Amino acid sequence: MSKNVHHLLGIKGLEKGQIETILDTATNFSELLQAPVKKTPALRDITIANLFFENSTRTRVSFELAEKRLGADIINFSSSSSSVKKGETLIDTVNNILSMKVDMVVMRHPAPGACLFLSKHIDAQIVNAGDGTHEHPTQALLDAFSIKQKLGDVAGKKVVIVGDIKHSRVALSNIYCLQLLGAEVMVCGPATLIPKHIEKLGVKVSHNLDEALKWCDVANMLRIQLERQDQRFFPSLREYSTLYGLDLNRLNRLDKEITIMHPGPINRGVEISSDIADSEHSIILQQVENGVAVRMSVLFLLAQHKL
Amino acid sequence: MPNKGKILLSLDHTKLILKRFALELIEKHHSFEDTAIIGLQPRGIELANALRLEIENLIGHNIKYGQLDHTFFRDDIGRGEIHIPKPSKIDFSTENLNIIIVDDVLFTGRSVRSAIDAVMSFGRPKRIELLVLVERLFERELPIKPDYYGVLVDSRNTNNYVRVEWEASNEVQVWLLENKEHE
Repeated sequence: MSKNVHHLLGIKGLEKGQIETILDTATNFSELLQAPVKKTPALRDITIANLFFENSTRTRVSFELAEKRLGADIINFSSSSSSVKKGETLIDTVNNILSMKVDMVVMRHPAPGACLFLSKHIDAQIVNAGDGTHEHPTQALLDAFSIKQKLGDVAGKKVVIVGDIKHSRVALSNIYCLQLLGAEVMVCGPATLIPKHIEKLGVKVSHNLDEALKWCDVANMLRIQLERQDQRFFPSLREYSTLYGLDLNRLNRLDKEITIMHPGPINRGVEISSDIADSEHSIILQQVENGVAVRMSVLFLLAQHKL
Repeated sequence: MPNKGKILLSLDHTKLILKRFALELIEKHHSFEDTAIIGLQPRGIELANALRLEIENLIGHNIKYGQLDHTFFRDDIGRGEIHIPKPSKIDFSTENLNIIIVDDVLFTGRSVRSAIDAVMSFGRPKRIELLVLVERLFERELPIKPDYYGVLVDSRNTNNYVRVEWEASNEVQVWLLENKEHE
């Protein structure tokens, strides 16, 4: 395989300068997306396969739109309607798709490390769109972009990630990305949902949401990932919501304004109440909007072997 | 300052050219009501800005002015050289306007081709014109010609390189260098 093949497998392994280049280029794409004609022909000779072995709405649509805006040809694949159901292996599936001359693969897979595994066996550029509980790099990049857009900078900001840290690929990618950009990170949730030894990544740990909110500038509320939980990590959703759900009462008790983020999909009334999700403190829809520009930036730079 | 080469345009000469550009443009576009000047990133910005000031001084009011990066519309993405975009700043629709694209040097014409596509993404202009300080003849790779130029340079059978060097917002000197390494 060519040594010049570059991938985006995770935030770990990227340098601060590379992340800054991605965010700066995303700013330019974001401006382009405000123009009457939102399309460029930059990747017109690139073919991209979107392989989704796990359900996704935002990420899949966002990648697809980013690819179309860049003028790439795209193939969409989801495992539920494919030969994977007939017992085909991952490498065989992907190699069959690549034999149709595909240059880039955007993959979501339930197994942590699936993208790394694939990058060692196939001759195409891989973009990780979420691999199990491991990483979701483009989500972290768009979160950093959204914080920068809202607060001017990421450096020096205090960000708390609340909820199911143990099963969250968003949390891990966010921790790496925000720390590289100079932010302080805290994780907050029930002890059963916070991985042991996570403080070794340089994050603060809290089990008290009110204290965490007092400390932070930004709160990133995560969804409870019931589909990845094979045992009970807390007594009931109601108890979780009482202790770790963000609602207007809790926010009003603070003597400052904080920015609320959520990677979606939202479980309204569990980790975040409707009045907060739809309030002016929330930048949840801006995150989704920024996702397209950030993914355009990643694909554009990867096509130039810049990452 | 380049250490080898000859001065193609002196400070005084370029000031005269800027004035000529401004007068020519005003002659054609009058009050600039339906006309905008757009400088190409990165090296056309200084020239576009100097030209804008010159025109505004002569006609006595502000004109529409933008900065354009054409990186996303290049035809050589993924072909070796790495292109990182610079900001575009066009806070008006180009719909039905006369657009004057401004760059320092016209050589192969490929940047201008991509700039035309980039301008089109902000609307459908009535007309697009091209203004360059230095027109390098005989090396064009696309059928593109400037509507206004400062000076002509014959590019046949030489390794000559043109370097435009700004000292202040309207003070510029243009050098003809034997090749890029002597910059």
